[in-house]
Amino acid sequence: MKIIVCVKQVPDTTEVKIDKKTNTLIREGVPSILNPDDANALEQALAIKDSMEDVHITVVSMGPPQADVMLRECLAMGADDAVLVSDRAFGGSDTWATSNAIASAIRKIGEYDIIFAGRQAIDGDTAQVGPQISEKLDIPQITYVEGMEIIGDKVKVQRQLEDGYEIIEASMPILLTAVKELNEPRHMYIDKIFDAYKKEIPVFSINDVDITPEQVGLKASPTRVFRSFTPEVKGQGEILQGSEKEVAARLVSEFKNAHII
Amino acid sequence: MIFKKEHELVRKSIKDFCERELYSTDLAEKMDREGLDMPQEFLDKLAKYKFICPIVPREFSGAGADYVSYAIIMEELSRADASSGTYVTAGASLVALPLINFGTPEQKEKYLKPLAEGKKVGAFGLTEPGAGSDAGATATTAILDGDHYILNGRKCWITNAPFCDFAIVTAVTEKGKGAKGISTFIVEAGWEGFSRGAHEDKMGIRGTRTSDLIFENVKVPKENLLGKEGKGFVVMMNTLEAGRIGVAAQAVGVAQSALDEAIKYTKERVQFGKPLSAFQNTQFTIADMATKVEAARLLVYQAAQLKDNGESPAIASSMAKFYAAEVANEVAYKALQLHGGYGYVKDYRIERIYRDARILSIYEGTSQVQQIVIAGKLLK
Repeated sequence: MKIIVCVKQVPDTTEVKIDKKTNTLIREGVPSILNPDDANALEQALAIKDSMEDVHITVVSMGPPQADVMLRECLAMGADDAVLVSDRAFGGSDTWATSNAIASAIRKIGEYDIIFAGRQAIDGDTAQVGPQISEKLDIPQITYVEGMEIIGDKVKVQRQLEDGYEIIEASMPILLTAVKELNEPRHMYIDKIFDAYKKEIPVFSINDVDITPEQVGLKASPTRVFRSFTPEVKGQGEILQGSEKEVAARLVSEFKNAHII
Repeated sequence: MIFKKEHELVRKSIKDFCERELYSTDLAEKMDREGLDMPQEFLDKLAKYKFICPIVPREFSGAGADYVSYAIIMEELSRADASSGTYVTAGASLVALPLINFGTPEQKEKYLKPLAEGKKVGAFGLTEPGAGSDAGATATTAILDGDHYILNGRKCWITNAPFCDFAIVTAVTEKGKGAKGISTFIVEAGWEGFSRGAHEDKMGIRGTRTSDLIFENVKVPKENLLGKEGKGFVVMMNTLEAGRIGVAAQAVGVAQSALDEAIKYTKERVQFGKPLSAFQNTQFTIADMATKVEAARLLVYQAAQLKDNGESPAIASSMAKFYAAEVANEVAYKALQLHGGYGYVKDYRIERIYRDARILSIYEGTSQVQQIVIAGKLLK
């Protein structure tokens, strides 16, 4: 079985601060990490590899050359090989242009039974690239995967919903996006860290894949950002005290005053 | 100190591990305060990712990495929890090293491999009630009787002894020859006559288990002699020489954790209208602490690099262990002082770190023994 896992290097948003004047992220000095949902996606692929013979995992990422270290991390967790999709031409890509580039890289990698991606990246929270890749490769997709098993040449997936879940059976090849409830990602193995640095990670430039400069980068990106802002910090809440009746009466009166009801 | 990319990733790997398995679970505090045993699940994870066997060759299920990696693991693990560091170093160097360097292929297969895989726990029995640093005064005896040695004696302060599956033990095989009459054995815990003393109620590293090992007419097969007869002292000295790189790295980690706590606390704590960190006394103290921690770190990694280059780390590892252990105690003292009264109560991590630091200048050769080793090499 061949599995491809799409991963992204993102700033560790727990350490990111916002520049209040420009309303942009202060990225300086912020460590880069493997996007958390992508770690769940990789873990699922590794768990399949642990439980079956002849499973080969290729990790693919689009990003600047610095993303190499994150790919080594994926190799140190147990992936077999990795590909970095990197070119100036890809710079400024939104989700549409990014999925064009990654889908073309996956076509070049060739065979696959399952493509895993994380639900979304913590730097943009769009949750679009995974589904778009499946559309562009013309294969089915199941998003928000919180459980799965392989039955013959099919996958049986538990798909997370806001108020429950769905069980879906589908044939492969298929693209699945993982949520954090799916599993607990493993750590890196010390011996595999040293093996990871013995492997070559091929870099696919725009000339290596079957797309043109018109399909990627800022110009090919239909997304327009009108404004980015930090949500205002809300004032402290007020706790109403008294008997249930008193509190209910006061609450209704406060709501009326505030024109909520 | 400039590390290789591999080593940077080793550091990230153990830091991530500590973040998820120690910091976010409060495991160190639970073991220290509530007497919780180190959970098996935690020990299994340490083994799974090969944190317990960085220098064991791959053919025996080790990581096949180097001493720099080992030092990084010990530093970061001990930074999160000194007890976890002690658990690891007891196996990763004190038990693994004599097996790697002096074990027969059969001994390596039987003991080193399961040790590296975390399936068996080993202990290292050198110290006795009357012989610690003075290894020549060993009183445990092993008398050859046909195909077996008959082992009698008692070892004390043995880390992991309460649950070990086997122990590397020194015993006198030829009386009257001092250090040259000592041999080393691999002794299985399941053998008749092998027992353990009561658990020691220690001041610090309370997440570890420590007790005596008692041998009463234990029949040790001849093939469990580790190294040659009469060369036990060489086996032990060789082990300690490289092994102390691990404890020295542990000391750097503990010192760093004390510094971490001091920086965090002095930035938060407000007195006389400003944070403690705004006072020059605090700034000078923190700068002093940080510089010493960094100096200790450089000594440790230099010793590790020497060993990786095939050179003798003897003086370097003693200097590293001596200095880093003293720095850990000094930095823990100053960090607690900066906490004031809050540092004296168990709600703050520094209280545990201060107690944990105290062992570092005592075990695996006291600071004074390290000074003897250093001076002995320089003045011979």
